[in-house]
Amino acid sequence: MSRGSREALVRRMLEEDSPAAVPPGLHTEAVRLGARVLRRRTVARWVMWVLLLAAAVAFTVWAATVQPWVEPPSETTPPLTGW
Amino acid sequence: MRHGQVSQEARRGREFEAFVAGAGGRLLHAATLLTAETPGDNPRARRLLIHALAQTYADWNRLRGEDPYDRARRHLATRFAHHAWRHQLGGLLHPRTDPSGPLARLSPQERLVLVLRLYEGVAEEQTAALLGLSTERVRAICLRAITAVLRPPPGPAPAVGGVKAVSS
Repeated sequence: MSRGSREALVRRMLEEDSPAAVPPGLHTEAVRLGARVLRRRTVARWVMWVLLLAAAVAFTVWAATVQPWVEPPSETTPPLTGW
Repeated sequence: MRHGQVSQEARRGREFEAFVAGAGGRLLHAATLLTAETPGDNPRARRLLIHALAQTYADWNRLRGEDPYDRARRHLATRFAHHAWRHQLGGLLHPRTDPSGPLARLSPQERLVLVLRLYEGVAEEQTAALLGLSTERVRAICLRAITAVLRPPPGPAPAVGGVKAVSS
């Protein structure tokens, strides 16, 4: 049997025995779950933005107080000799 | 603004309802083939379909011209692939009441490839991309699945010891 006719045979087998009917509550249940997915996505986006904002604020405060770009005052002084 | 959102919601609801009414039957059949359940008793297929449809509903406003049927089929396939492994593991602990669909003797992966390729007519390349396999692998799995489906079911007591191995 050629490959094409075997495929056609399996295709016919797969097409048989379709479920009698779509269950009645399918659409409403899908919408209910879908709305929940959307709400979760909204919450996740919110959390992400809040975290990002908090990180930005924290960094700004740290940078303003520590000022890591300022050169620290020298702690070693050359000894004063020859007076 | 508020009004626009409300009308967008309403439009999404209407379009989605029409989509489910039109495509629900075919998608349910595909899901039933995947789970290898009988058409009359397919709780797993229904659950699978409801979740795939829910994801499609959530994606609805971001489809940007993509066919919602494609999207739903993709969710169906990825969800099934994701859960098949877990179910297989569970199957060892709690053997399922024997599945009796036409694809019952195939592995979940073989069923998935066969349904996508032959029932849904998805191209080999797209199937490969969807499942994260190479095109050759998809072709091999598909051929193996076809051979297994067409092989007559083994009798209650297989008399012949050596079952002919199917080269893939």
